[in-house]
Amino acid sequence: MHSDLTRFSAADARAALDAGEFSAVDLTRAHLARIDAVDGDVHAFLHVMGDVALAQAEAADVRIASGEVLPLTGIPIALKDILVTIDAPTTAASKILEGYVSPYDGTVVARLREQGAVFLGKTNTDEFAMGSSTENSAFGPTHNPWNFSRAPGGSSGGSAASVAAREAVIALGSDTGGSIRQPAGFCGVVGLKPTYGRVSRFGLIAFASSLDQIGPFSRTVQDAAIMLNAIAGHDPRDSTSVPDIAPDFRAGFRTDLTGVRVGIAREYTVAGMEPGVTNAVAAAAKQLEDLGAELVDISLPHTEYALATYYITAPAEASANLARFDGVKYGLRIDGATLQDTYRATRGQGFGAEVKRRIMLGTYALSSGYYDAYYVKAQKVRTLIKQDFEEAFKQVDVIAGPTSPTVAFGLGSRMDDPYQMYLADIFTIPANMAGTPGVALPCGFSEGLPVSLQLLGKAFDEQTLLGIAHAYEQAAGWHKHTAEI
Amino acid sequence: MSLTTADVEHVANLARLGLSVDETELLRSQLSSILEHIEVLQQLDTGRIPPTAQVNSLTNVLRDDVVQQSLPQIVVLSNAPQSRDGFFEVRAVMTEDTAEGGSA
Repeated sequence: MHSDLTRFSAADARAALDAGEFSAVDLTRAHLARIDAVDGDVHAFLHVMGDVALAQAEAADVRIASGEVLPLTGIPIALKDILVTIDAPTTAASKILEGYVSPYDGTVVARLREQGAVFLGKTNTDEFAMGSSTENSAFGPTHNPWNFSRAPGGSSGGSAASVAAREAVIALGSDTGGSIRQPAGFCGVVGLKPTYGRVSRFGLIAFASSLDQIGPFSRTVQDAAIMLNAIAGHDPRDSTSVPDIAPDFRAGFRTDLTGVRVGIAREYTVAGMEPGVTNAVAAAAKQLEDLGAELVDISLPHTEYALATYYITAPAEASANLARFDGVKYGLRIDGATLQDTYRATRGQGFGAEVKRRIMLGTYALSSGYYDAYYVKAQKVRTLIKQDFEEAFKQVDVIAGPTSPTVAFGLGSRMDDPYQMYLADIFTIPANMAGTPGVALPCGFSEGLPVSLQLLGKAFDEQTLLGIAHAYEQAAGWHKHTAEI
Repeated sequence: MSLTTADVEHVANLARLGLSVDETELLRSQLSSILEHIEVLQQLDTGRIPPTAQVNSLTNVLRDDVVQQSLPQIVVLSNAPQSRDGFFEVRAVMTEDTAEGGSA
């Protein structure tokens, strides 16, 4: 019997479960006990699904005994609280949805149920996934497991922290401008944003529909690939999910990078970048070279416009998507003298400050007289950003750079200046604008906090991306460092 | 780009968002500052660039027009703040004096 079942990757746990070394109930109990022990400090979870998890684990043990297993049968998983589930509340960390229980499961949730996965609970997030620190949650911030006074990143900070703190083996999050990769970086775990259209968004509470994509947090690249295998593939309920058959995302795993061309974009070095980040990322590039890759200087000339483009496009789409929260069909209702007053009061009291800011920004950008100058302009610049990547990927297989310009910043340190907060996503936003995949993975430490390498890949070529990430991870070994709390 | 209080009130009305006086003033200054950063886009000549609304090449995805199972009414109404006789219940949209409900 193993002393600590919370240290297993999904791949290793699979082998041990199938070999009968321990049961899915043992594995689940170990993670629920871990949540009990540390989540008072971390606050990764908004709802712990203890009874559901144990029932799922018992069912998984029956499947394992019969040999009818899939890769995630009996594996304990955490879900960002923006993915709807029939057996636990889904709040998007907003007061406007407090107590809401969805009448249906999101597609990724349903696919995990079919696998026989175990749901530990729903994780904290910035309200409606709007933020870079998880401080915009209506239910209090998550604390970075490496240092409780630091932010875990965001918006999927609870998912990132749950994996870093060994409360969950894998977690799901969503990435609209970096909301998987940036918190994965801050918490020292692997975070993958798949290609737009790879994973169904049905049952993901919509923030910016042309940018949102669901993806995994894990402690190894292999586990991220295993999770992507489980959730990828066409869904008739999401008209933007591509009809292609999803491949095995582990098929590109390799140890030698001979013949691989890695782009280093000159625009991914910016003023204000911490030297500890610059150094660790440079060392990672050197290691990719040592593994046989060729480093190629490239340019993504419209990078400096990506942030502004994003802060028109995403709020504009959000302002439309969040119109549904009006106190009529579900969630909070604050009654007013008229229906219009009810709308205003419900939304005024139900939404937090950042959500209001983005609804206002988006409504302004779409309003009569400003639509062409802001919204259409941003859509045109988006074309230029997408073309930058198309040109770059004619020369290289992946692009390597930092995930964020800094390590995890202090809780509270950026809440007074929205634009400073937005800058945390400066390197992650372009891939959302282009719809291309990206993975963040640990590449060292600075000030005792994790530094993260971001690898960006070609649309629908996660195989190559994950193959290179896996080679780096195995050679560098940073994934073996865990937050000891 | 500097917004006035009236600008903010106008946009808040379009968004059906109730704001306090303090929130209105804070948003006026914060949105003005964010819009200043966004001005950087005006440096780019995009006259001949087509807009991108979404990035993958799928267009007009349709399904066959066949009746499918949907959620039972009672389940759909289960989260409603107020419902009656199988409907979501709200205050009257149209009133005798339709100034508020009709033209807002």
